[in-house]
Amino acid sequence: MAALTKRSKVVSNKKMSFWEKIYLPAILGGMWITLGHLFAKKTTVRYPEVTREFSDIYRGKHVLKRDDEGRERCTACGLCAVACPAEAITMIAAERKPGEENLYREEKYASTYEINMLRCIFCGLCEEACPKEAIFLTKEIVKADYERDKFVYGKDVLLEPFDPLKRIDVSKRQTPEVLEFKKDKNQRHNVQ
Amino acid sequence: MGTMLIFKTILASAILLLSLVVAMYSTLIERKIAGFFQDRLGPNRAGPWGLLQPLADGIKLFFKEEFMPNTADKFLYILGPSLTMLIACLTSAVIPWGPDIVINGQVFSLQMADVNIGILYIFAIVSIGVYGIMIGGWASNNKYALLGAVRASSQMISYELAMSLSIITIVMMSGSLSMRDIVNQQQGFNWNIWYQPLGFLIFLICAFAETNRSPFDLPECETELVGGYHTEYSSMKLGFYLFSEYINMFISGAVMATLFLGGYHFPFIDKLGLSPNAFAFVSFLVLFAKITFFGFIFMWVRWTLPRFRYDQLMRLGWKALIPLAILNVLITGVVILLNQ
Repeated sequence: MAALTKRSKVVSNKKMSFWEKIYLPAILGGMWITLGHLFAKKTTVRYPEVTREFSDIYRGKHVLKRDDEGRERCTACGLCAVACPAEAITMIAAERKPGEENLYREEKYASTYEINMLRCIFCGLCEEACPKEAIFLTKEIVKADYERDKFVYGKDVLLEPFDPLKRIDVSKRQTPEVLEFKKDKNQRHNVQ
Repeated sequence: MGTMLIFKTILASAILLLSLVVAMYSTLIERKIAGFFQDRLGPNRAGPWGLLQPLADGIKLFFKEEFMPNTADKFLYILGPSLTMLIACLTSAVIPWGPDIVINGQVFSLQMADVNIGILYIFAIVSIGVYGIMIGGWASNNKYALLGAVRASSQMISYELAMSLSIITIVMMSGSLSMRDIVNQQQGFNWNIWYQPLGFLIFLICAFAETNRSPFDLPECETELVGGYHTEYSSMKLGFYLFSEYINMFISGAVMATLFLGGYHFPFIDKLGLSPNAFAFVSFLVLFAKITFFGFIFMWVRWTLPRFRYDQLMRLGWKALIPLAILNVLITGVVILLNQ
């Protein structure tokens, strides 16, 4: 039978030779290997001083995006909740009142929007499902906590800050095709 | 006489302090080297490069709960670690730490006691070391501790035989049991290891077994015996047991350097034209470097080889090392006779 891998070895029960029996060459060989590790590059990252570099498309804590004028993009359509395989997302929809046009982009918005971070598997399907580009996953990680109910993140945590300088850049998460598509103003979707 | 007494007191304190500090920092170096061998960094949070780690460990041990099983024999329970620690510190008395120094025209020897049976003294003290472990294991009144102690004592007794036999060749060559004589016969590069490589190898392996170091750390084999003879010990009593292991490592390194690697001798340092005291200091540094080298070997082997099984340990001791040591004695005897 052909070997499945290049590393497979034929095992035999043949008697050990004299040099194998006294073990010393094997021990010295082993010590040579460990000596190599003594001078090898260490894999440890000295955490609080140095943090490990995250990829731009890392799937961490979610963000609810605002549009360029600072209005919430989410319309509480519920597609993210449907797409979520872990059923981590819940929301309650509400109707925009007159005078709230500067807060919410469309007539319907999410009055509460909660993600249970203990259920979430950070697959990013909510991001894919969202037709309004309202939800994205970010490089930020979900921090540890002492109590379970603190892991249900509401809009107070998830919503992007209003301040234009503190906006979270998600353009790196989008493929060139998507960025190209967004320039097409014939799509109502792309009109601010 | 008075100045000699003062000098000996200072020397004894210095040696004791040296072995304690070295043992203290061996724990840090051990953990550092363990880290490096496993591609980690090792402890580096307490002070720069983790230099305060041994201090932190010591404070931790002192503040831990002093637990004593209520079925334990109280006197023996305390005697165990005390004896182990005492024995560990006693051995350093006959090791020559350097050549003589001169203060105000008076010559002082950098050796606590030039006993003319220095080697016998070392073996006598090392054999008592078994009692510390055996008493501790017995007094704990715990089956794991007892099994660990029994293992430790049978291991130490078995390996002492091969160890003594490998030393006999050195005694045959030098014709003296005094450590100072043996060192002085290894001037320059005339070290015993070149004449007795087999003896050195046997002695090295036995030193691993005598100090209960890996790969012969069966007495405290965590996987089977929950810590072995010190299962029931906590706080500084446990600290004494662990600490004495490091002192033993330091002292056995010193003994090996003295017997096989020429002690404080090194080629060409006597030709530098240094004053006697500077010469003594450099010689001491040479000895210390050799001891450090052995300390590194101890740690290196620990993180390379897996632990022996008990029957393998006994087979190696009785069926390999002792016959080899006897053969070595025979060959040495024949060569000495032929050279006469």
